[in-house]
Amino acid sequence: MIPSRLPQERIKTVADNLPKPEELSQIDLSMPDTGWMDTPAIFRKGIYCHAARARDIEALGMPNPRDWRVEDDDWKLPHNWQDVIMDGLRERLEKFRSLRIFMDTCVRCGACADKCHFFIGSGDPKNMPVLRAELLRSVYRHNFTRAGKIMGKMVGARGLSETVLKEWWYYFFQCTECRRCSLFCPYGIDTAEITIIARELLNLLGLNIDWISSPVAKCHHVGNHIGMEPQAMKESIDFLCNDIEEITGIEIKPSFNRKGAEILFVTSSGDYYSEPGIFTCMGYLMLFHQLGLDYTWSTYAAEGGNFGYFTSHEAAKLLNAKIYAEAKRLGVKYILGGECGHMWRVLNQYMDTMNGPPDFLETPVSPVTGTRFENATSTKAVHICEFTADLIKKTKLKFDTKRNDHIKLTYHDSCNVARGMGMLEEPRYIIKKVCNNFYEMPEETIRERTFCCGSGAGLHAGEDMELRMRGGFARANAVRHVRDKHGVNMLACICAIDRAAFPTLMEYWAPEVGVTGIHELLANAMIMDGQKERTQDIRGEDLPNLEPEDKGANNV
Amino acid sequence: MIGIAYALIALIILILVPWVGIQGLGLTYLFGVIIPYAAMAIFFFGVLQRLLKWSRIPNPFKIPTTGGQQKSLNWIRQSKFDNPSSTGQVIGRVLSEVFLFRSLFRNLSPRVGTQGTSVTYASAKWLWIFAILFHYAMFTTVFRHLRFFTNPVPWPVGFVEGFDGWLEVGIPQVMISGLVLLCAVCLLLARRLVIPRLRYISLMNDFFPLFLLIAIATTGALMRYIVGINVPSVKELVMGLVSFRPVMIEGIGLLFYIHIFLVSTLLAYFPFSKLMHAGGIFFSPTRSMANDNRAVHHDNPWNYTVKFHTYDAFEEEFRDKMTEAGIPLDDTLSSSTGKD
Repeated sequence: MIPSRLPQERIKTVADNLPKPEELSQIDLSMPDTGWMDTPAIFRKGIYCHAARARDIEALGMPNPRDWRVEDDDWKLPHNWQDVIMDGLRERLEKFRSLRIFMDTCVRCGACADKCHFFIGSGDPKNMPVLRAELLRSVYRHNFTRAGKIMGKMVGARGLSETVLKEWWYYFFQCTECRRCSLFCPYGIDTAEITIIARELLNLLGLNIDWISSPVAKCHHVGNHIGMEPQAMKESIDFLCNDIEEITGIEIKPSFNRKGAEILFVTSSGDYYSEPGIFTCMGYLMLFHQLGLDYTWSTYAAEGGNFGYFTSHEAAKLLNAKIYAEAKRLGVKYILGGECGHMWRVLNQYMDTMNGPPDFLETPVSPVTGTRFENATSTKAVHICEFTADLIKKTKLKFDTKRNDHIKLTYHDSCNVARGMGMLEEPRYIIKKVCNNFYEMPEETIRERTFCCGSGAGLHAGEDMELRMRGGFARANAVRHVRDKHGVNMLACICAIDRAAFPTLMEYWAPEVGVTGIHELLANAMIMDGQKERTQDIRGEDLPNLEPEDKGANNV
Repeated sequence: MIGIAYALIALIILILVPWVGIQGLGLTYLFGVIIPYAAMAIFFFGVLQRLLKWSRIPNPFKIPTTGGQQKSLNWIRQSKFDNPSSTGQVIGRVLSEVFLFRSLFRNLSPRVGTQGTSVTYASAKWLWIFAILFHYAMFTTVFRHLRFFTNPVPWPVGFVEGFDGWLEVGIPQVMISGLVLLCAVCLLLARRLVIPRLRYISLMNDFFPLFLLIAIATTGALMRYIVGINVPSVKELVMGLVSFRPVMIEGIGLLFYIHIFLVSTLLAYFPFSKLMHAGGIFFSPTRSMANDNRAVHHDNPWNYTVKFHTYDAFEEEFRDKMTEAGIPLDDTLSSSTGKD
């Protein structure tokens, strides 16, 4: 049967380092006695991640590669580090209108303050988006505005010192770039954008975190986050096919790096190496087989989840370039993208500008329904939920929804897909067609107002577990609400980081709630041609709700 | 909190300056003509310069914050103004921000339950109400002041004035907008002082404009309702200013000079302060761009090519392993894998 691909380390980590949920939820929302500029950041274990390693910084040819430790006083900065930051900031103020506008227009109305999941879960005032931005804005004022130069601290300006730099590092790696604050800001000031640029500046000094720079280096060189080599990737997917055969009796043989395929399928590597992502991956494989889709995987462009995006615009571009390059090399018509959150932020809002336009591709047309995806005419990349929703609408798939009847489901809108794309209805449409028991979380916590899992933007490490549990508190709280009210036992999402982060988060705040992707649910219910009697779900667990006659009816 | 003290001190100085200047030194020409002209010039060119500066900086990426359903399949209803996909819809979105404060209207406030382990969310429209009241009252008040700047007074000004005085109490008639303006500014100030986290983030830059507005509204109200003022003389002075034939009128009273000095300060301060949010909203890329990135190519003017890890280099490194696993290489067209 399906083995657990990852050891259950996470349970141990949770048990060892963390306060109990009852303690952690005692959140002190009172403000310190000293002003924020006079309150230096105190680095607390469990809140920050390990420092990036020299070899990973070097792998991308990024500046100041060296091994360093967060706990050390000396972060081994180049002697002219202040000039590097200032030149970098000046350059970006001329290159990004967003940055300049966001530096100039904030009125500190406080609308964003209590929208951040990290502030709600920690009470740390510098986790209010407005103060997170002020960390950078104060330096901007000091160096780029006349009033700041003359009046200094009186008008919220301060020079760049090593203390300030470390404070930046501490807090810009406590933002998951989820954009919830941006939705509520009357001027649309987007802390994600500020964090992205602040991290870019920090990277000019080699100040990344290991959990980001290591996947970036591996993705650049080998093709995916964990550095799984091509043969291992194929093996892993073949393994999933074996499991599918055991459960359904259907043999699936997907192709890799196949020239002339119609579609290149790209998803996050989390989908083919760890639970519960692999079940979603089995869902893709089963769906594509059932459709007889002419598609291929690539072992070169094997990663959709782009951690470069958490490093710098350039790193994002560098990694994303491989997708179009591979599409061109294989001669496919278009790209189909899997369930992944920030991968879709990049594909939807950056890819065409950074790496396109891909004139060598064609406007995506579903080979099954003939639907032209007019919203992807330039990028030539379709989200699998758009693709599948269209299939179901045109009744190209048949379902036995009883197979999902043991599941009481709720759905988490992944931040990037919600606020960087607006794909809200497609996943819900699929869910409602394949699952009979679906309960929404409170409306203030879903759709465009959704809460982050607390582990996005590269913060899904082990050493910052307390931060992750605090950050995920608001999300988990809403899940617990529907668990207690409706008996919800499964949380669906369309993001690989969600799928990796939620099991731990649920275990901590809302036990008894499992985590699934939408295409796992779909495949569970989908009636496949030539399938044997289905007695197990695709996790290999016995289906409890099937009467003998139902089981018989499954054979088509 | 020191910010509030700085702001208060600044305000007191700004009141004392015209006081001494007029009462002590008799500098009516300076305060009645030169300073208002200078302030207008700083305001006009300052705002223009700032807007030009912003408009010259490119938007390398299209990064709207989507607040509703995207345009995708034709049977799924798009949320046109929260997730615009065309210029018209973007204009709608921006206007809804400018006139209705759409984003502020969304405001919610988390409430942590008594057990400390549950959070609920309540709609929190106070900030939206205060802000809407303030901005519209401000607009109406400024609009009403056009009667000092125009001769003959255009009918809309008279109409608004009539409407504004519908309460029909007091002599002279009480103008609602002025009252609302003063109340709203006080409420915005109270918010900053009462809510601890707002007090914590507030700077001098936040208190100063509020104090200035309170002082401007107060001096205005004093002139209208209590001290009284020679309106024809003021109008003569102002008309002189706007027709660029400044005339000095005697006997206008100190209060008027304080009022006009504070207004001048506000105008001169505007382009260099957070008050520029008024223009910023039109330039904010998360609100003023369409979410049509996948359909329409957006060009980054400073785009450049990067040297990514090529497939050839990749194949070079993994050739043997790929061959063994039956993954096709670039130079061999035969595929040993299946049809899926």
